[in-house]
Amino acid sequence: MGSGASGHRSAIAPAIRVPRVRFEPIDLGRWAIWSATALLFAVLPLVFHKGFAITLLSQMGVMIVFALAYNMIFGQGGMLSFGHAVYSGLGAFFAIHALNWVGEGRLWLPVSLIPLVGGVFGAVFGVLFGYVTTKKAGTPFAMITLGIGELVFAASLMFPGFFGGEGGVSTNRVVGEPFLGITFGPAIEVYYLIAIWCFASMAAMYAFSHTPLGRISNAVRDNPERAEFIGYSAQHVRFLVIVASAFFCGIAGGLSAINFEIVSAENVSTARSGGVLVAAFIGGAGFFFGPILGAVIFIFFAVALSDYTSAWQFYLGAFFVLMVMYAPGGVASLIAMNLRVMRHGLLGRLAGPYGALALATGVLLAGVIALVEMSYQLTLNFASGSQLRLFGMDVDASSWQAWAIAAALVAAGGLAFEAARRRFARTWDAVQALIEAKSHPGATT
Amino acid sequence: MEFFVVSLLNGISYGLLLFMLASGLTLIFSLMGVLNFAHASFYMLGAYFAYQISAWLDAAWPGVGYWIALAAAPLAVGALGAFVERYGLRRVHRWGHVPELLFTFGLAYIVVEIVQIVWGRAAVPYAVPQPLAGSLFTVYSTNFPTYRAFMMLVAGAMLLAIWLVLTRTRIGLVIQASLTHPEMVQALGHNVPRVFMLTFGGGCALAALAGVIGGNAYVTEPSMAAVIVSIVFVVVVVGGMGSLAGAFVASLLIGLMQTFAIGIDWSPLALFERLGMPLGPDAPLYSVWSLKVSQVAPVLPYLLLVLVLVLRPRGLMGTREN
Repeated sequence: MGSGASGHRSAIAPAIRVPRVRFEPIDLGRWAIWSATALLFAVLPLVFHKGFAITLLSQMGVMIVFALAYNMIFGQGGMLSFGHAVYSGLGAFFAIHALNWVGEGRLWLPVSLIPLVGGVFGAVFGVLFGYVTTKKAGTPFAMITLGIGELVFAASLMFPGFFGGEGGVSTNRVVGEPFLGITFGPAIEVYYLIAIWCFASMAAMYAFSHTPLGRISNAVRDNPERAEFIGYSAQHVRFLVIVASAFFCGIAGGLSAINFEIVSAENVSTARSGGVLVAAFIGGAGFFFGPILGAVIFIFFAVALSDYTSAWQFYLGAFFVLMVMYAPGGVASLIAMNLRVMRHGLLGRLAGPYGALALATGVLLAGVIALVEMSYQLTLNFASGSQLRLFGMDVDASSWQAWAIAAALVAAGGLAFEAARRRFARTWDAVQALIEAKSHPGATT
Repeated sequence: MEFFVVSLLNGISYGLLLFMLASGLTLIFSLMGVLNFAHASFYMLGAYFAYQISAWLDAAWPGVGYWIALAAAPLAVGALGAFVERYGLRRVHRWGHVPELLFTFGLAYIVVEIVQIVWGRAAVPYAVPQPLAGSLFTVYSTNFPTYRAFMMLVAGAMLLAIWLVLTRTRIGLVIQASLTHPEMVQALGHNVPRVFMLTFGGGCALAALAGVIGGNAYVTEPSMAAVIVSIVFVVVVVGGMGSLAGAFVASLLIGLMQTFAIGIDWSPLALFERLGMPLGPDAPLYSVWSLKVSQVAPVLPYLLLVLVLVLRPRGLMGTREN
């Protein structure tokens, strides 16, 4: 079927255009947003100062860089990759070896510049694999990236000398001379290192999206044929974007090497590649800030939620599928759509339907969580008995009453949700029609 | 010689199993433009369903479970596939091909989790049925299992069945026509979305059949889908996207390549020794030269993929570039 090329863009780049406010001669809005982000990065660990919160924030910082780098090819370049952990993982391996060399005195490099090693080697592998993968576009590209990912993962177990076999390579980040008393021993110092790299990478990637190359990669995403007609080789553009993206992936890999002090074959696995894809998509690939939200959500699921339940992958997978089905623009598009409604002063009309929807979702979610948790308790945690704590109550997963209550919650929540969803859809459509009528007076719909 | 014959037979049976998966994937891809990432998950579900059905039935009537599962598990999984197409994929279809692919990707994620909830993380004892458990004949000193021959038989029968359905029946002709001219077929009064649903369900049933006969020949465990999915993708790309004949050739090629490679202990070190330059552990790239072919076996399909892409980007039998 010939519809392949035209089908790619529709979901990735939703047709919402937020009018940009510009203050000449300097773009005040942009400066305000970036300064606020920098301030947020600086203040967050002062607010959430517990040890666990700092590790969570550090991991979020690394994931933000990774997800944004992934989105350079996914959202902005229109290439779906299932093997992007290759670049971050290989970058991490080179970074950790560099760190070990620094420790042994064979190399002089401040620890704070180690992520750059990851970035450079990420880009080197971007050149190597990008040359092969960009021979195809669209779906074949996706399959080839998966193959490359498997190739590197299998090869990483083949060379234990470099990749450390099953156990991986470990290091000690407290090496070299302290600079202004910073040793990178305490987690908070690592957080600020990650925050600075994260902020710099964010700014660099945002700047990249405004370069001619970034713009033409948008064009290649939307219509490769027309991009070729104005004189750009789509294959070459894709190749360059992959190399740039691989560089930032490598930086993310180098940061994770410093953060965890260990890199193993898991860092180049398909699970990692899938994770970054899920993060970028959930956040919203069509917006620059989408993957940032996605990274935060993903780390919340993978790190915070995994402390409470072993079923976190199920919840993440279900959340992802629901997003694909109902909100392919991601969380960012939902925010943008509601901002649009708010700008027209119509958000108040949606308050009622939103409340009903939230209530029904809560009931449904409680039922589903109860079912899933009890199933997990019975099959995978069987050794610890059938008792579990659920919503602050002790529940016996082997009793039929518990299952009946959970099933009733699911049934009631499901019915309520469907009713609330219909009501919401009606109001939403009415509000959208109003906005359309306001912004295009005279147009008949 | 013994090694050659045994590897040949094992390679062909593994290759045919790959083709059972690749054929459904290729049909779905060429018809709907959807790369079904969850295809191997349906393969896994086929194996687990067959295990469960035969376990239940064997408790009541020993010996019949497997044979009923051989028909029932693919039907059940096929129905599940049709349901997924009707209520999941069709809804996502309007967003374009990438969300469709991502939908199946997420589905694969969820299926693994559900399988773990229902059957646990360890492998299940899904065994070869008693009548097929022995060895069929002996090659030199190696026994050739009857079950391998049975696998080949089922795969061959399936191959013949697909070919007959596609070329000799009315629905097969409609499917073929929908491959190239969906609008025209629709205009002629055929329900193309239903053809999509049937093809998707049928492809999933084929994958499940492969799971029923492959699950007990190899291992039935939650990671079995992830292990095979990327190999099947390699098959489809190497054979040429959308080419059934190409998928067949590539399946056999990769099946043979992997089985032969696993049994070869030769490494480039031996070559250097033959040339009169024995290498010690200090030699440059020693870890590369000392790799045995059997150690490289897992990456060979992917190396083949890269090679084919560099030399012949449209695949062995593909007709178009993209």
